[in-house]
Amino acid sequence: MTPKILTASVVLASLALAGCAGKPKELPPQPEAATTTRTPPPPPTPAPAGPVPGSQADFLASVISDTIHFELDKYNVDTESQGILQSQAQWLAKYPGKKITIEGHCDERGTREYNLALGERRANAAKTYLVGLGVDASRINTVSYGKERPIALGSDEASWAKNRRAVTITVE
Amino acid sequence: MTDKIPLTGAVPSFASLVRCGAAVLALGFGLAGAAHAQQQALPASNAPQAANAASSGGLTGSVTDDSAWRDLGIAIPSFPTDRPVATGAEGGNTEAVGRNLARVVFNDLKFNGLFKPTGPDSLPGIAYAEVTAPAFSGWRARSAEMLVQGFVKGGADGRLTVGCYLYDVALGQELAREGYVVKPEDWRRAAHKCADMVYSRLSGESPFFDSKIAYIAETGPKDHRRKQLAIMDSDGANHRFITNGQATALTPRYSPDYSKILYLSYLDGRPRIYVYDIGSGSQRLVTEGKGPTFAPRWSPDGKSILYSMAIAGNTDIYRVPASGGPSERLTNTPGINIGGSFSPDGRKIVFESDRSGSQQVYVMNSDGSGQHRISFFGGRAATPEWSPRGDQIAFTHIAGNLRVAVMDPDGNNLRYLTDSWQDEAPTWAPNGRIIQFFRTEKNTGHTSIWQVDLTGRNERRLKTPVDASDPAWGPVLP
Repeated sequence: MTPKILTASVVLASLALAGCAGKPKELPPQPEAATTTRTPPPPPTPAPAGPVPGSQADFLASVISDTIHFELDKYNVDTESQGILQSQAQWLAKYPGKKITIEGHCDERGTREYNLALGERRANAAKTYLVGLGVDASRINTVSYGKERPIALGSDEASWAKNRRAVTITVE
Repeated sequence: MTDKIPLTGAVPSFASLVRCGAAVLALGFGLAGAAHAQQQALPASNAPQAANAASSGGLTGSVTDDSAWRDLGIAIPSFPTDRPVATGAEGGNTEAVGRNLARVVFNDLKFNGLFKPTGPDSLPGIAYAEVTAPAFSGWRARSAEMLVQGFVKGGADGRLTVGCYLYDVALGQELAREGYVVKPEDWRRAAHKCADMVYSRLSGESPFFDSKIAYIAETGPKDHRRKQLAIMDSDGANHRFITNGQATALTPRYSPDYSKILYLSYLDGRPRIYVYDIGSGSQRLVTEGKGPTFAPRWSPDGKSILYSMAIAGNTDIYRVPASGGPSERLTNTPGINIGGSFSPDGRKIVFESDRSGSQQVYVMNSDGSGQHRISFFGGRAATPEWSPRGDQIAFTHIAGNLRVAVMDPDGNNLRYLTDSWQDEAPTWAPNGRIIQFFRTEKNTGHTSIWQVDLTGRNERRLKTPVDASDPAWGPVLP
């Protein structure tokens, strides 16, 4: 789960924050309810400190991971990744108004231009799998960052494995 | 040059060129585009003229620079002036400019490992009259084999006239001379033209110093790199950032006339290729196509642009007129087809494709027909760039490490030019004799631009203000 946390905090921090700040109207209207009636307060919500439903934080808390990984020079979605994408598809089915962007990334051991195309291919492979699970293609945007945005900073096999990834971000 | 037209100081015979320059300036390209360095006829020196052997001394083949000329000792004293006058050029009056001119000539030759130059800071000055009447015996006593003497004069219009003479000290002969009239802010170009004359006359090669490089300036930590489009002269001078770094910029390419730069930007959040106009500072998308676009390239005549576009994860190469219009798709295979570099005659394109399962180099006709693979030596082969001479293709070979290599256009005779952890993206000097590329440092991710000659022996790092990648060398300026 460390990659997930890192992804959320390092790469997606601004987007995640924007996602939370952009949805205040979806907060439960508790003050109004309290002032218009004297009925006993409603039962506490199951997780008062939990993420706002439908938010990026909610997405991260609901899915197995926001990130799938790829083998060297490969773009196929393996069994583990399929499970992750299935959990993402379930969340997307729950929030049909939400759109996502899938970021495709590569490790540093390739040429810059090819890696841009390979990152796009990886993001698209994840998109294709989600569409196969019933997610409308118009809800999924893809963007490749090639090898330009590593998440693990070493020049070693472990870092490269972490960097060969596709990351799903909710956008609205 | 062997003409005997006396130096007149004025430039009446170049009226058309002056008009041309004014028109260019009016369009806004005066500072950024390819302003002409006006050629100026010079008087002959009093030394005997050598037969013009520039065309007979040319090297053939591709790995021949173990020639004796590399070891020639060349003295380059400060360029005197007829009278010190204030100029707008760096250094101030013509006396100081003359010293700076000789320094630039010296540094051009020294930095590129060409000859054994001695510069103005290690040599006595010469009198103005000496420029065309060299004191050969004194230079022989200093063991100089070749002598570069020049002068600089300030004109009434603010322009500088710079003369450049090359002498063979042992023979007491004048080998070449050229004169240039430049605007004061272009003073370095006169020095580069002089260095080009010396290099060409002694090596038989085409010139390359008076040229520019576009590249990506990089700052910040590895996981948060700021990548800006920047340009500089071939020696690193006149550095200028084009973009501010808010949107990541990558993979620039100078147009053959230096008026535009193709590059990738994440300006709208996705990678797209833009055509940036240097004079106006405006830019437009290379295509309105829906997919992300990568890997822009110019045709040698500047009339066509190649770009690569991903649709549903599949990347193909397209060609579009530089003036805009519909795109023509050149590749149509599953996988990633990307890049593309024209042969100098514009008839063929070398490109990269993983249709076989891994990145390899292919050649096709410029209309997309006749696609065939040429790289068959194991590992992966990427970023092919056709030499301006047509005789070699430079590329990145990936077999563990990334190394810059060259091969014949038929894929034979692979030769590595570098052996480091990660060298990629070669770009050719305009004369096809030197290659620049960028090197990434293990772990830190620091990048730097390097250059290497075709022997692979003379490898040097370019000085840049910050980290640097994706060099793109333009042609010699007119």
